Amino acid sequence: MIRLEKICKSFGHLVVLRDVTLEVDKGEVVCVIGPSGAGKSTMLRCINHLETLNSGTIYIEGQPVYRYMKDGKLVIDREKRVDEIRAQVGMVFQSFNLFPHFTALENVMVSPLHVLREPMAELRPRAMALMAKVGLSDKIDAYPHELSGGQQQRVAIARALAMRPKAMLFDEVTSALDPELVGDVLRVMRQLAFEGMTMIVVTHEMGFAREVADRVIFMADGAIVEEGPPAEIFSNPKNERTIQFLRSVLQRRQDLGEETAPS
Amino acid sequence: MFQNITSLFDFEGSVEYLPELLRGALVSVELTFCVMLISLVFGLIIALMRLSRPRVTRTVSTIYVEVVRGTPCLLQLFYIYFVLPAFGIRFDPFMAGVIGLSVNYSAYLSEVYRAGIIAVPRGQLEAAHALGMSRAKMMRLIILPQAIRVVVSLFKDTSLVSIVTVKELMFTGQIIAATNFQYFTIFTIIGIIYLSLSYPGSLFVSYLERRMKVGYRRKPSRLIAKAG
Repeated sequence: MIRLEKICKSFGHLVVLRDVTLEVDKGEVVCVIGPSGAGKSTMLRCINHLETLNSGTIYIEGQPVYRYMKDGKLVIDREKRVDEIRAQVGMVFQSFNLFPHFTALENVMVSPLHVLREPMAELRPRAMALMAKVGLSDKIDAYPHELSGGQQQRVAIARALAMRPKAMLFDEVTSALDPELVGDVLRVMRQLAFEGMTMIVVTHEMGFAREVADRVIFMADGAIVEEGPPAEIFSNPKNERTIQFLRSVLQRRQDLGEETAPS
Repeated sequence: MFQNITSLFDFEGSVEYLPELLRGALVSVELTFCVMLISLVFGLIIALMRLSRPRVTRTVSTIYVEVVRGTPCLLQLFYIYFVLPAFGIRFDPFMAGVIGLSVNYSAYLSEVYRAGIIAVPRGQLEAAHALGMSRAKMMRLIILPQAIRVVVSLFKDTSLVSIVTVKELMFTGQIIAATNFQYFTIFTIIGIIYLSLSYPGSLFVSYLERRMKVGYRRKPSRLIAKAG
């Protein structure tokens, strides 16, 4: 479904991604964990071409996209093609990024209406259903500033789903939320995973990763250090960096009196 | 002192030149209206050109803005009215005024638009891109509706509208005053006319500002209502 092949990205002299290779199958849920500055978000942003690769290739459904070598020549996709690919991959951001001048329902409808040119008669009930799916049927006419962070983020998920994406990218979607609002957002994501959506989730929610992920990826210093099924990564990490990271994260949780370290 | 001032004000005389001043005011209003209409459209085009990607459009629009802002408005007006006829291009005074001032205010307004567009947070562009919107759709549906708010509030501060009005009025006033030396009377009347024009104007702009405030609108937005 999505394949990254030796992708590299640097900002000036700062190397953010070095030769990252990753393959995500259809219907698979991959959670990406790791310390900040590890390149997790940059990797996601590259998949949606919000960042341009320095080298390497991204394949979506087997097709090389954005910029790739073909017969020894560099091909750069036209803007129209890039927009088409982006329309197939949904993305949810840490900072919600809802459009403040549209109501919640309008936020969900604006892109299918103008990009997919879906007729209003079909779109409106579908958008209402999506709002119901994220548990916000009663908020369709609210403007983003009238909603809590958790509600805004759920609208953002509905907005991305409205494009009928083949895969969804979640970029630390609960990091900006008050702790008591995190649960509602995670519940929606869990439901999506259950329905078979292909998902790449950059997260600090270890509980979610352990429970929902098919595979967990640990990144540090712009590279994938360790990957495997969640049970293995969390209970029996092999790499020293992974052990350190998990210890510090789970230690903090213990201090807060939350769940204990993996048994 | 007060008596002194009232005696300075030539009430009988004012009836005489009031019509002429009002005519000047009318011309000002007409001029302002034409110039604003043209500059609002043309300024937006220039702003979009400056923010566009092709180097040609960017260079042309940047040169335009810098040249216009770097030379006095009066020089531009004189150029259009006195120099262009030498090349066979002739305008009547009103037309020359409209063109000259439009050229000028388009450049200024384009900077206001540009500021408004740049002020839209980056996350908005990323969200629009991620939803597969083209640059044109993103501009029309997401960025401009948000930029307009900033433009309106900046517009209020600079009050470009008033500049055009006051120049024309002042000019008429000076001509009359030069013939009868009733400076106090004439400039007081001008002040009153000016105030009665600009105050409703600023009321209107703050009304617009209130309307534009995000989330103020209760009706479904028109962009959504009309598909495609």
